[in-house]
Amino acid sequence: MSSVSRTVAVAFADSATMLCRQLRHMLRYPTLILTAAGVPVVFLLLFVYVLGGILGTGLDGPSGGRDAYVNYVVPGVILMTVATAAQGTAISVAIDMTEGIVARFRTMAIARVSVLTGHVLGSLIQTLLSITAVIGVALLVGFEPTADFGRWLGAVGALVMIILALTWLSVALAMVAKSVATASNMLTPLMILPMMGSGFVPTDSMPAGLKWFADYQPFTPFIETLRGLLMGTPLDNSAILTIGWCALIALGGYLWAKKLYNREPTK
Amino acid sequence: MTTDLGPSAVTATAVRKVYGDHVVLDGIDLDIPAGSVFALLGPNGAGKTTVVQILSTLIRADAGDMRVAGHDVVRDPDAVRATIGVTGQFSAVDSFLTGEENLLLMADLNRLPRRERRPSAAELLARFDLVDAARKPAATYSGGMRRRLDLAMTLVGRPRVIFLDEPTTGLDPRSRRTMWEIIRRLVNDEGVTVFLTTQYLEEADRLADRIAVLHRGKVVAEGPPEELKRQVGGGHVTLRFADPRGYDHAARTLDVMSRNDETRTLQIPSQGDLRSLRALLDRLDHASLTVDELQVHTPDLDDVFFALTGNPVTEQEPAR
Repeated sequence: MSSVSRTVAVAFADSATMLCRQLRHMLRYPTLILTAAGVPVVFLLLFVYVLGGILGTGLDGPSGGRDAYVNYVVPGVILMTVATAAQGTAISVAIDMTEGIVARFRTMAIARVSVLTGHVLGSLIQTLLSITAVIGVALLVGFEPTADFGRWLGAVGALVMIILALTWLSVALAMVAKSVATASNMLTPLMILPMMGSGFVPTDSMPAGLKWFADYQPFTPFIETLRGLLMGTPLDNSAILTIGWCALIALGGYLWAKKLYNREPTK
Repeated sequence: MTTDLGPSAVTATAVRKVYGDHVVLDGIDLDIPAGSVFALLGPNGAGKTTVVQILSTLIRADAGDMRVAGHDVVRDPDAVRATIGVTGQFSAVDSFLTGEENLLLMADLNRLPRRERRPSAAELLARFDLVDAARKPAATYSGGMRRRLDLAMTLVGRPRVIFLDEPTTGLDPRSRRTMWEIIRRLVNDEGVTVFLTTQYLEEADRLADRIAVLHRGKVVAEGPPEELKRQVGGGHVTLRFADPRGYDHAARTLDVMSRNDETRTLQIPSQGDLRSLRALLDRLDHASLTVDELQVHTPDLDDVFFALTGNPVTEQEPAR
């Protein structure tokens, strides 16, 4: 093997090993998945049953009411699930960085960032499982997606991109944070962004300044893409914007995290 | 005992490391023969961990030439990483995984052939007396068990040079003894080189073929334990006074190594033999000083430092 292909093979093998490590963590503490799904499910139920009757009526459309609102709010709740899971990732990365095990990894002849890649891939699987649980509950409370198989695939693809982007970002933020508590707090804005976009109400109903922010922040195209694919609403340019934002955030997050990991530990 | 004729496992020349304006290492030279145990002795904050971190490729030295198992630490860190094993000061185990899973994780990262993974883990679990706990998460382990698992994980990759940063700090006396046996057996049975740091003279004495004493970023003494102990001489005598005036007088007239004004205790260097003790008591009697309590100490790190530098150990710790 050439040295480049050997390096790549090693990186794959080590990342796979680290992914196994994360999956074992997950199997040992399955409550993590339930917690990551729990918060969004509570929000889903609150919004649908407490606020949905009124909010649904405010939506444009023939039917309105609670039934229409379920279908409107699910993509927002899915994004909220992604943000909650990203916070979980940040916490577990921060815990890892404070433990001696990472110092051990650094003194071993393994692919440097494989421990981070393992976290990201583990989170991807965990988040997809959480989203499945959330969609399951949504179907029970009246969510009626119109997507055919192809559009479902598209939605999963979009979600994978979004999860990878936000997870790499949260890994980098977790490494900026010097403590587990800070890491958790730094991710809180990510939880609020779906609400300050088109996740829970159309941005048209917001005051001008907030509407401007909501229209241009990345969560709005994320949500509109999912909504378009699942519910058949117009996609416009949100799919392109989603791809662009995801590529930007994922690459930026990856490079940032890598740089922070390779920085000398300051003990 | 090893001879000095073997090839060097670790060499370091003029190693320097500065954090801000604090000079941590000020020109360290080391030469450790393969197959021996080397102990770096020093108090907290002396720079012992920094030496380990530099030699194990965790951090970079500002200057100096370092080679481990023949590989240049700066130019070829991956080759160094492939030959070393590091057990740091803080437990480097994955608390969420079981003991067995931790060892299998190391087997995978060290790219052991598939059929060797489980036998290797089983052998290490047996050797480190962890068979009963093999299926329990490491989070449930006691301090001694964690240390043993930590060292077992280090051994999965069959390292030729093992760095142990304060391997027994915080362990109870029994676990400490177990650890010493394990380390000694490693060197005797497998011929690995062990580089350990410690604050305990007793530990260095028990384990090491050679000891280097680190003081203010410099190696102030280096040699076999016997040689070092000869330099240090005996231990010291601690005297406690009930009467403040007697305490002041004694502090002024005796050859004091260190003093504690709050507890009114003085440490006096002493061989600990009958003759020197009698001489000390005679002096105290002569001055009519009433001693409340007298304790004779065998040599420890304080004595080493007092003998080598003329300062008690507490004054060497830099402010952090």
